[in-house]
Amino acid sequence: MNSIEEQIRSYIAQNILFSTNGFPYPDTASFLENGIVDSMNVLEIVMFVEEKFSIKVEDAEIIPENFDSVAQLASYIRRKQSLVLNQ
Amino acid sequence: MNHETMKAFSRQTLDLDVPIEVERITKFLKEEVLHRLRKQGAVVGISGGIDSSVVLALCVRAFGAQRVVGILLPEKESSPESTELAHTLARQFGVQTVTEDISPALEGFGCYRRRDEAIQRIFPDFEPNWKSKIVLPGNLLKEDRLNVFSLTVIKPDGTELTKRLPLQEYAQIVSASNFKQRTRMALLYYHAELRNYAVIGTPNKNEHDLGFFVKYGDGGSDVNPIAHLYKTQVYQLARYLDIPIEIQERTPTTDTYPAGSTQEEFFYRIPFHLLDLIWAGYEKQVPVKEIAEAAELTEEQVNRVIADIERKKRATQYLRAHPAQLE
Repeated sequence: MNSIEEQIRSYIAQNILFSTNGFPYPDTASFLENGIVDSMNVLEIVMFVEEKFSIKVEDAEIIPENFDSVAQLASYIRRKQSLVLNQ
Repeated sequence: MNHETMKAFSRQTLDLDVPIEVERITKFLKEEVLHRLRKQGAVVGISGGIDSSVVLALCVRAFGAQRVVGILLPEKESSPESTELAHTLARQFGVQTVTEDISPALEGFGCYRRRDEAIQRIFPDFEPNWKSKIVLPGNLLKEDRLNVFSLTVIKPDGTELTKRLPLQEYAQIVSASNFKQRTRMALLYYHAELRNYAVIGTPNKNEHDLGFFVKYGDGGSDVNPIAHLYKTQVYQLARYLDIPIEIQERTPTTDTYPAGSTQEEFFYRIPFHLLDLIWAGYEKQVPVKEIAEAAELTEEQVNRVIADIERKKRATQYLRAHPAQLE
């Protein structure tokens, strides 16, 4: 199965950037500072994450530390998944 | 205080030389409307808010009250106070008014029905007599939540319920509500073309640059005389132009959502006096430390506001873009 990072990169490349050469940024590139996503896209990514990874994103978790790069988002998803597994 | 010791950046940075600015705008309006557009007067949609009131007063200075018409465009969810204040304003400046109730047009477009269908998908018990509004997360100075909208509904007994808006429902509520601004634009142009007048827009710098307007709605106009002024500067003009005090003291609302969403909770997330000061500092490339001192905030808070300004400007570029075409 593809890694979480690969799935995020692929989703953004196909649905937000409409890129023909994949996700052309490093995993640590800030989505917001680089204009990769805007506020409408943030909501789209929240919905993608909830659906694809079967986690519930709380409002208070929609902050740059969790949603501003591929690396941050993947780390957030792993933390949420481990919480679910430990419950 | 001599030049050496004078603080380079402070709250006074936003202070205008108001008489000179009013003269400059008046000259600009005359030049644009009478000479460039070759129109014979001005139509202004007046809402009882500070921006449209200032624009109406400026138009009266530029063209005389006889060549200015104030158009009131209420609908069934507008605050009755807005209509009263718009009449007070027009009386004070001796301007003719026309009132057009846009509710039937909005019914025809399905504005309320389309919006309420989306709300009912979020709150299945929602009924048309409940109030609703959409809001951004709370104060930007206290938390760094990203700009994701929530829907709040208020039952007749005052109970409030709030949920985050999924993308499809958010888009449906906003695009249905935008019929209000677009219907108003159509009627403003009707009244302008009827008289060979120009439509004078009312967005200020905050609305224009951060994208707090509807494309081809309240963004549809011939001339925008205050789009270069921060909201706090519009208030400076209002005092000088003697705008009725009840308009000057009113909290700015969207007048779009039935629950009376303020502009701060709907969009800006910070009081105007702080937003404008930080933004002015940012535009003048003042170091963040100096901006923070002037605003009495931390550097982290200032950086958060600057990041929000940049995001909103970027996210709303398409609103300000003209239709693209090939050479």
